[in-house]
Amino acid sequence: MAPSKSSTDEFIKGLWNENPVFVQVLGMCPVLAVSNTAMNALAMGLATAFVLIMSNIVVSSLRSFIPKQVRIATYILIIATFVTVVDYVIQAVSLDLYKALGAFISLIVVNCLILGRAEAFASKNTVARSTMDGLGMGIGFAFALFCLGAVREILGNGSLFGAPLFHDSFQNWVVMILPSGGFFTLAGWLLLFNWLKQRKAKKEATATLGLRKEVA
Amino acid sequence: MSHSELASAPAPPSIWHMYRAMVGVGVFCGLLIVSVFQVTLPVIERNKAEALQEAIFHVLPNASTSTSYYLDEADGFKLLEGDGVGEQLVYAGYDDAQQLVGLAVEAQGMGYQDVIALIYGYSFTEQAIIGIQVLESKETPGLGDKIETDADFLENFKRLDVSVRGDGSALANSVVPVKHGEKTKAWEVDGITGATISSVAIANLLDRSAQYWVPRIRRNLSDFQGEE
Amino acid sequence: MVDDSLWTIFINASLVNNFVLAYFLGICPFLGVSSKLETASRMGGAVTFVMLVSSICAFGIQALLVAIDAPYLKLIAFIAVIASTVQLVEMFIKKVSPALFRSLGIFLPLITTNCAILGLALFQTNKGYNFVQCIVYALGAGAGFTLALVLMAGLREKLELAEVPDVTKGTAMALMIAGLLSVTFMGFGGLGG
Repeated sequence: MAPSKSSTDEFIKGLWNENPVFVQVLGMCPVLAVSNTAMNALAMGLATAFVLIMSNIVVSSLRSFIPKQVRIATYILIIATFVTVVDYVIQAVSLDLYKALGAFISLIVVNCLILGRAEAFASKNTVARSTMDGLGMGIGFAFALFCLGAVREILGNGSLFGAPLFHDSFQNWVVMILPSGGFFTLAGWLLLFNWLKQRKAKKEATATLGLRKEVA
Repeated sequence: MSHSELASAPAPPSIWHMYRAMVGVGVFCGLLIVSVFQVTLPVIERNKAEALQEAIFHVLPNASTSTSYYLDEADGFKLLEGDGVGEQLVYAGYDDAQQLVGLAVEAQGMGYQDVIALIYGYSFTEQAIIGIQVLESKETPGLGDKIETDADFLENFKRLDVSVRGDGSALANSVVPVKHGEKTKAWEVDGITGATISSVAIANLLDRSAQYWVPRIRRNLSDFQGEE
Repeated sequence: MVDDSLWTIFINASLVNNFVLAYFLGICPFLGVSSKLETASRMGGAVTFVMLVSSICAFGIQALLVAIDAPYLKLIAFIAVIASTVQLVEMFIKKVSPALFRSLGIFLPLITTNCAILGLALFQTNKGYNFVQCIVYALGAGAGFTLALVLMAGLREKLELAEVPDVTKGTAMALMIAGLLSVTFMGFGGLGG
């Protein structure tokens, strides 16, 4: 991590280059189970983003106060607190959404992404940067979940956010809404990302070769 | 304060530092959780009550008000005073003229994928189940979840006979599931082709619940007549 | 209060609603540990044991929290218990069988963040199982987890030697296999109902 990185860099890296789901393949557990509709996936993604940002802020502000020995325990305590908060807020805002997401909201607490960021970043950087990092990773995560949920809902239910998209004769691809669909969709997105990465690497390789030839 | 101490000390921090950190963070977290809990609790309770009312009025079509009763094994049904946690509850529905329309009872049982929870309305005058609403179901979308939407299937529950035997101790006829199109008796549940297991599950769980509740309800009918 | 038979609960937890293939819990170790058959089965065993202990503790904690009317402490209490259980199991295995301890390596402490264990505690609380039902549920979930892990490991060992397109190498391939396994397990639906 070059110290010359601006705050915006921290924010942007979480969206694409180091996208937690597609690149780092972190925090997958809740990802697949509740991504069967775009609404659920987005809600879950935003809930996780909220916990990530808040815990990053708190961990960063207390970073000199928490001794190394007890850091993991305190991080988990902080994360669990914000997850409990999110749990009650969702319950109060929308009972339907709460029924759809169920216990998976509480499972945000074991999302490796949040603990990972707290340990790797927030504990070593300023509050401002940590907030940006949390914001970027959180939105990247929510975006990835949304991609998953949208594909599954469009193919499996012919709708997006509950609004029907296709003519009645569209045959729903029910498997997409089922758990296996989650695996396949994520695999599909990862394939796409891998392919894009490979293409980029090839381009850069040929470019360097070209440069070398010129120099030589 | 602690900043310079930690910066200059390669020696391990004292027990005091660790203790202070954990307790400090603990107190902060505790306060946060409790405040959010207190703020959201009334909203959540209100939402739950509204959802329940909606379900009750859905399964008891002419009801406009309802009161909750809990079952006391010895004395019959008593008006619910507290929050009813841990009690077995039934909900009495009254129409605009304060006449008893029927009772709404919750029931649950194993479906195809997972537990199905529903609420059904029981009418005294017709001795039948007059409506159901599925509260929770994780049945296969497009297949098992037809139990919630299939019009023919829901027809079953406009008047599902659960009359009791002469001595009032049990149902005269158990609620039984039959294959689609083969329904002849008022206590049979016409299944859904392609969602057999889910429809059979509904029939079985209604049977179990009715076998338990209907005799008890009829035995203590007078408990519901007077309204406060 | 649920009156499912114990057999139904076991079949449901291990096959019909397999924790990994239906609920997506425990994916991290699922994808991380499942490349060798031996480590997979050992991990499965360790997870089952931790599940059993955590399930019992979760039952006790829930009863306590209801008694003192502090439901909002549930999550924190569960996490604390799971973390402590894993610590204890680690120390126990180290003493009793250092060889096993070494072969499990980093995966033992990783069980703490295994969503499957916390998921188990949360699900059983939501379902309101009694003590015996909790134990059967934990055993079923553990058995299902081990089964999924072992199947995955077996398949991946074979795939190591197969020729697959570069783009799919790694996690993408593992996910596709998991998807196919998940579809297979759907065939168990309705069993034990």
